[in-house]
Amino acid sequence: MEKKSAMPPIDQLRDIHRLMERTSKFIGLSGLSGVGAGVFALLGAVVAYLYLRASNTNAYGSGLSYEAGTAHPWGWAPVPFLLATAALVLLGALGSGVYFTTRRTRRKGQAIWDALTRRLLVNLAIPLAAGGVFCAALLYHGLPGLLAPTTLVFYGLALINGSKFTLDELRYLGLLEVVLGCAGLFLIGWGLLLWTVGFGVLHIVYGTLMYLRYERGQ
Amino acid sequence: MKNLFAHLHKAFDHRVRLGVMSMLMVNDWVDFTTLRDNLEVSDGNLASHLRALEKEGFVELRKQFIGRRPNTSYRATDVGRLAFVEHLNYLERIILLQRTPDQDGDDDDAG
Repeated sequence: MEKKSAMPPIDQLRDIHRLMERTSKFIGLSGLSGVGAGVFALLGAVVAYLYLRASNTNAYGSGLSYEAGTAHPWGWAPVPFLLATAALVLLGALGSGVYFTTRRTRRKGQAIWDALTRRLLVNLAIPLAAGGVFCAALLYHGLPGLLAPTTLVFYGLALINGSKFTLDELRYLGLLEVVLGCAGLFLIGWGLLLWTVGFGVLHIVYGTLMYLRYERGQ
Repeated sequence: MKNLFAHLHKAFDHRVRLGVMSMLMVNDWVDFTTLRDNLEVSDGNLASHLRALEKEGFVELRKQFIGRRPNTSYRATDVGRLAFVEHLNYLERIILLQRTPDQDGDDDDAG
């Protein structure tokens, strides 16, 4: 039996597998960043809920300021406040995502800003950018009630698109977001609740699962 | 057994070459620096292995300028992909053979 290669076959295969995974997928995305994003979303949702209640409307759409030309039972009045809240939530979520992912990537010794990260971000960004334009169009045409479910749909599509370049499980989170969003398109008035489930609860559940599965004990 | 090992392609006989092919299998063009950083080898070492793979016709290269700095990227050719897949199959078969209870590994084919 001639043994030319220094490494036993099983180690060769392991090495091959590791290199393929490391160079084709960005695996540094931390589950904790999902949890962080979820927490910010829940905080934002609570703020939005309190604001809506204080302005004498309720989550079931029997609010006062129903205006003609608006598909939303809450009307236009709360839109600026809600948009500002959403922007803060987005900032918080991105911040925690960058923080936890950078921390994990450093520990794993993978590069943070390389071709893989860029590819993941570009693929996430394309559906998100389209979604942003779509949402702007909804506002422009006076349909703010569709904003919450629309963000869920496009965000879900972005995750499905990005999942090819990171953990496969991200795909399922994306699918759930799309389903929630699609349901929300027909359940206007439940927008805040669905949004809370999609961006808050699902993120926390997904992030925790991924953390337990891949990161704990490393 | 001997027969099987004979099929292990000489071009994949080294960790670095195997590593290069692994990365090129799952990517399109990969530049020299990325290959080097992932394999943790010196420039010269990697270059000589790449030349060997190129000579076999398993990889092709592309030279570009990014700004003013030259940048060389590599890609697996169809021949290279085929050869690599075959190599993987042989590795798997060897592992399977090693796991069978018949350990003397000669040509006597127990059974």
